[in-house]
Amino acid sequence: MSKSLYKTLLDVLAYAVLLFGALTMLVPFLWMISVSFRVPAEQFSRNIIPNPFTLQNYFDLFEDLPNQAFLYLTVNSFKLSILAVIGQVLTCAMAAFAFAIVKFKGRDFLFALLVATLMIPPQVSLIPNFIIFKYLGWIGTQLPLIVPAFWGGAFGTFLLRQYFLTIPRDLVDAARMDGASLFDIFWRIYLPLSKPAVAALSIFVFKDAWNDLLHPLVYLPTDMQKTTLTVGLAFFQQQLQMGGKFTVLMAGAFLSILPLLVIFFIAQKQFIEGVALSGVKR
Amino acid sequence: MDYGLKPLGREKLWLWLMLAPTLIGLIFGTVGSLLATLALSLFNWDLINSPQWAGAENYIQLFQNKDYIEAFVNTLKFSALYVPSVVVISLLLAVLLNRKIYGVGFFRTVYFLPTVTSAVATALVWNMIYGKETGILNFLLESLGFAPVCWLCTDNAMLSVVIVNVWGAVGEGMIIFLAGLTAIPRDYYEAASLDGANEFQQFFKVTLPLVTPSIFFQTLISAINAFQAYDYIYMLTRRGQGDSSVPVAVYSIYRNAFHFFRMGDASAQAIQLALLVAVFMGIMFWWERRYVVYE
Repeated sequence: MSKSLYKTLLDVLAYAVLLFGALTMLVPFLWMISVSFRVPAEQFSRNIIPNPFTLQNYFDLFEDLPNQAFLYLTVNSFKLSILAVIGQVLTCAMAAFAFAIVKFKGRDFLFALLVATLMIPPQVSLIPNFIIFKYLGWIGTQLPLIVPAFWGGAFGTFLLRQYFLTIPRDLVDAARMDGASLFDIFWRIYLPLSKPAVAALSIFVFKDAWNDLLHPLVYLPTDMQKTTLTVGLAFFQQQLQMGGKFTVLMAGAFLSILPLLVIFFIAQKQFIEGVALSGVKR
Repeated sequence: MDYGLKPLGREKLWLWLMLAPTLIGLIFGTVGSLLATLALSLFNWDLINSPQWAGAENYIQLFQNKDYIEAFVNTLKFSALYVPSVVVISLLLAVLLNRKIYGVGFFRTVYFLPTVTSAVATALVWNMIYGKETGILNFLLESLGFAPVCWLCTDNAMLSVVIVNVWGAVGEGMIIFLAGLTAIPRDYYEAASLDGANEFQQFFKVTLPLVTPSIFFQTLISAINAFQAYDYIYMLTRRGQGDSSVPVAVYSIYRNAFHFFRMGDASAQAIQLALLVAVFMGIMFWWERRYVVYE
């Protein structure tokens, strides 16, 4: 067999495998979208093109769920995810700056300790945290989801510190000569110069907060107006087990992933590079 | 290391203010709560009556509690199926994509989609796909002449849940491997091909040894994720009473802590999970020193 024919054959094989994989990845999403545009009588049809095509499920989603629950769920998810981004970016950046730029006693020990906490499974913190929040009377409020976002985190601090270390030290020395304070250097030099890293961290934090199932399940009331989209959809599914419209459920599922899809298509580069970075840098 | 700015005068206060959130997080969030969980595991406490000293009793009971043993074994089984699948499939995808193929961007985007979207939303569709009478998977099987399968019944639920978890994870693994693969200098392949090595020989003699750091990292991350798998399992195997047809360790921790309010049992289980992670990491780092090639 000639070398080029062999290579072409391998290429064809590679495409076949990749296309089959891509189809497997896409079908659940296409199915979700397809079912969301069907009439309820057609919900289990094997035909992927909705016939007849209807938008009614999207209206039903806002009208059928009692007390405009879907609207509240969406607002709650946005509120908690945005607060998580603000909290994490702010507190991780401050700590990362201290660890990267400032000289103080115990710095290396503290940083090593922080990185070591990456190995502690989050399930370990959940039980004592629940008990503390219970004694503070916070169970059933959104505070157990908001406050921890403002107490820093090993992943974000590590990511930003790595980036801060790449910023030329001369800038700091020059600013210091001009009498800039530590906080000036952080706020006016380091944060503005670190937009790519801050963007990557923001996307990760937003995604994790938006998709979080466990913490809202544990802390928030089981009230469709007070919890988040993920938990709301899980409850909605449970109600449907007794018979109901999966078409409306799929409309809800699709709307719930839409914000992340939009962010993903806009900021794909940051997203994928962020993942690659976490793998290469370790 | 001796780099860094010295804080002047009142800047010392600023410095500790900047570190304060992180310190609070270490005390309440991670280090402190690890110690608190350790302490809690030595008591029986339902959060209503005052805690009762239990000593090692909660740990001894772990080995007698059938439900927990089942959950722990399920976690191990799940990991044994999930980790190799994720590592092998994402490495295969990355190698194929690394062949200077047309449409790399398209494939990367498509494979990455499940990583971005919530497990809850995609699990809702998977539930429909897995349906016994109405699902498209069985429709596909039947049209190929096979008998329909009850995907989410107790016998098959483990496998079905692993499939969905793998489906959700290969995109991220692929990106990690692609980063590792593109770091391999092209000359190595040119040299190998001059020596007459075909593509398969090149893969085993050049690619595989040089990509061991990524394999190490991906195995570690996949295993940690596997030990903590919860979302898809909750969504696909939860039953009416709130239990699961594939209960895993994390499921058991949550049920004990937040349904039955057995804080001592739940804490002992959480500590055992942390130990599992620690032991596994120990093995991995030993393995790394022996087999992983860093340039």
